[in-house]
Amino acid sequence: MAQLIEFSDKGLYCRQGGFYIDPWKAVDKAVITHAHSDHARWGSRSYLCHHQCKPLLQLRLGENDYQTVEWEEPLFMNGVKVSLHPAGHMIGSSQVRVEYQGEVWVISGDYKIEDDGLSGKFEPVPCHTFITESTFGLPIYDWKPQHAIFQQIQDWVRSCTATGKTPVLLAYSLGKAQRLLQCLPEVASTIYVHGAIWNTQEVLVKAGWALPDVRPVTPELSKDAFAGAVVLAPPGTDSSPWIKRFPEPSIGVCSGWMQVRGHVRRSNVDAGFVLSDHADWKGLLQAIKATGAQKVFVTHGFQSALSRYLTETGIEAAEVKTEYGDEQETEAQV
Amino acid sequence: MNQFANLVQRLGASTRTNEKLDALAAYFANANDKDKVWVIAIFSGRRPKRSVTTAQLQSWCIGLSGFPEWLFEECYQTVGDLAETIALLLPQPVQAGASHPLHYYLESLLRIGNADEALRRQFITDSWLSMDAAERFVFNKFITGGFRIGVSQKMMVNALARTVKLQPSVIAHRISGNWDPATTGFETLLSEQAIAIDYSKPYPLYLAYALEEDITALGDPREWQAEWKWDGIRGQLIKRNDQLFVWSRGEELMTEKFPEYFVLKDLLPNGIVLDGEIMPFDGSKPLPFGILQTRIGRKTVTKKQLQEAPVTFFVYDLLELDGEDYREHTLQERRQQLERIVKDIHHPVLQLSPLIQFENWEQLTSTRMGSRDMGAEGIMLKRVSSNYQVGRKRGDWWKWKIDPLVIDCVMVYAQKGHGRRSNLYTDYTFAVKDGDKLVTFTKAYSGLTDIEFAEVDAFVKKNSLEKFGPVRTVRPELVFEIAFEGIAASNRHKSGVALRFPRINRWRKDKRPDEINTLEDLKKMLELYGK
Repeated sequence: MAQLIEFSDKGLYCRQGGFYIDPWKAVDKAVITHAHSDHARWGSRSYLCHHQCKPLLQLRLGENDYQTVEWEEPLFMNGVKVSLHPAGHMIGSSQVRVEYQGEVWVISGDYKIEDDGLSGKFEPVPCHTFITESTFGLPIYDWKPQHAIFQQIQDWVRSCTATGKTPVLLAYSLGKAQRLLQCLPEVASTIYVHGAIWNTQEVLVKAGWALPDVRPVTPELSKDAFAGAVVLAPPGTDSSPWIKRFPEPSIGVCSGWMQVRGHVRRSNVDAGFVLSDHADWKGLLQAIKATGAQKVFVTHGFQSALSRYLTETGIEAAEVKTEYGDEQETEAQV
Repeated sequence: MNQFANLVQRLGASTRTNEKLDALAAYFANANDKDKVWVIAIFSGRRPKRSVTTAQLQSWCIGLSGFPEWLFEECYQTVGDLAETIALLLPQPVQAGASHPLHYYLESLLRIGNADEALRRQFITDSWLSMDAAERFVFNKFITGGFRIGVSQKMMVNALARTVKLQPSVIAHRISGNWDPATTGFETLLSEQAIAIDYSKPYPLYLAYALEEDITALGDPREWQAEWKWDGIRGQLIKRNDQLFVWSRGEELMTEKFPEYFVLKDLLPNGIVLDGEIMPFDGSKPLPFGILQTRIGRKTVTKKQLQEAPVTFFVYDLLELDGEDYREHTLQERRQQLERIVKDIHHPVLQLSPLIQFENWEQLTSTRMGSRDMGAEGIMLKRVSSNYQVGRKRGDWWKWKIDPLVIDCVMVYAQKGHGRRSNLYTDYTFAVKDGDKLVTFTKAYSGLTDIEFAEVDAFVKKNSLEKFGPVRTVRPELVFEIAFEGIAASNRHKSGVALRFPRINRWRKDKRPDEINTLEDLKKMLELYGK
């Protein structure tokens, strides 16, 4: 008999249930873990996601046939029981639990262990087979708690303001930006955001999220408007003419990649903050162990290192090639 | 240690020279004297001798962290820096904020040099466990070397000058030569032989832009002087007050590195400054630049190096004569005086860089074709009526380099880079065709833009066939044009050739892999240019 979840050229496929999970090609029925562009792609006939995820999918993919569920609310598709569980990656992000005839698979999507205050607390879901991401699947990736990084960011914003510079923080418009917003009202008179973040903000506020007030960066704003303010923008804007409107911009990047000095230097920015929406090495291992899975498939990231390490520590593991993990590039082109 | 780790952090984070200067000056204003002396030593190439090998560091880190060796390797390939990899993989410190001052660690590293391995291991692991990640990183760097935070000796000297209120050239002079950071006090180092006049002070160099227009745009050929463009180290030779000084282009005082020139201290008149090229030269012809590289990194030059990499000074300009600044004189006048002086001295270590005779631009254009045979990389053009200017200026001086040799080839292996290219596939191996096989012949690391590197990186990640340790074999699809300056026979390489200064000239997206050059083409080039 085929595996409950097959690795097809369109994505992770449940033949028995007739659905795909985060397919990278158009399919009939797609179950979506979260709204980032490498997981939620355009063109499928119908989408199933968490209800918090729907407005974000509408923003990114337009009007489609969306079906939403609450976390842990089971749904049956041709005898296959499907439920979503918090993944802690961003607003509305979920793991997908698939059960058929007593066999349970869990697909992690992207996840992080730490509760960031917005994304729901990651919940370990017991299963036989776990499909995990591995974006930061090397032990060099070891995160400090959010409050410590927020402190660093706040200190940096204050020092920029004190020396007459405009602090510009770069973060994905979807997810990281909302997370960062939580620490900014304390240190800035006004929070200005790039259009892409403004669009997300509007959608989320309309959906009932209580987010700190922000203002869009618009052409008529004079340079004086940015005194004492902080600017939030997606990656890539730092090398575009857009950045020139701010008086003496100082660029800070918030990403797990900032853990390595070479990466910070390559980005040619003024500050790097190690703030990730993915699990670090310890987080991955902790999550994998907590599922009690006998078999682990490792997708996008450091697949070979993580699966080899798991195998050597007694958990059967294998690499799976997917087309996830490009959200950084996609975002930069926005 | 915390203070120094913060400095390194600030230096690494700033992209502007002024910010780096501020950070260094602030450090010099606040640090204790013993630490300052060590910082001067470190940024002027006086790192303590390596008392622990990198292999030992790696194995002790593995011992402490408990990770398997292959995982350590995997991390190292991604980080691209051993010191940083270790700092990231070590377990949390036993006691935060328990580190000692900088000089304690550096002097201890010297002290344990002769101790047995158990003791050295004890010292290193104890040190690690008393430090946070940033401190561990700099500590490891002391052992592995290579800070790469864009701080030159010159910048360190400028920052120090600001703090202690002395001229940078005075400081550069005082900290040159032999001194021991472990036994030299800060005051002693800077105040010793407080000379009122700085005899070593060099002039800022006049630098040329590359000629991009057609040569005829320079006008009347009679207004121009042509010389070979030598591939050595630009330098200034100074003799004042019976002392000889050699400055490199980076404004580093390198007198001690070129004992060949010592004889000029007696031969040159006082109050003279010469501009020229420090050239590897065997008495009849220039030697490849690579030969010179084997000795310039060393603090002390060995007899063997002196024999294998002898240098001469190819002089082409006169900046000071009889203590008088001569830069306002025309090139013609300066050259006349220079020729007289060199002739008087008549010593093989001081060679006049010869003028190239030519009647018209056509003739010079064809002479330039012979640059490679002369051991030169092209021609320098200087306006005979011009004075000696400051910095890189257009108009009166031009460099007219010969076109590099080029060959089209396909990328077959890729490896992750180091430093700012960490975790990106940027180091490539290229192959040419040999019948229906591919034969690798060179590596190249530079020549693409960041955007192109990112594109190739994505290709490598999607199209790698196999993994051999850090090296990935890649589907041979991407065609590149490789440029290089010279070619020589080599039995170390499968292809039988070794290239000089290979780099990626451009990405030939217009070419298919079956259109690349062949091993036969390479061998023809070897016949033609490989001597």
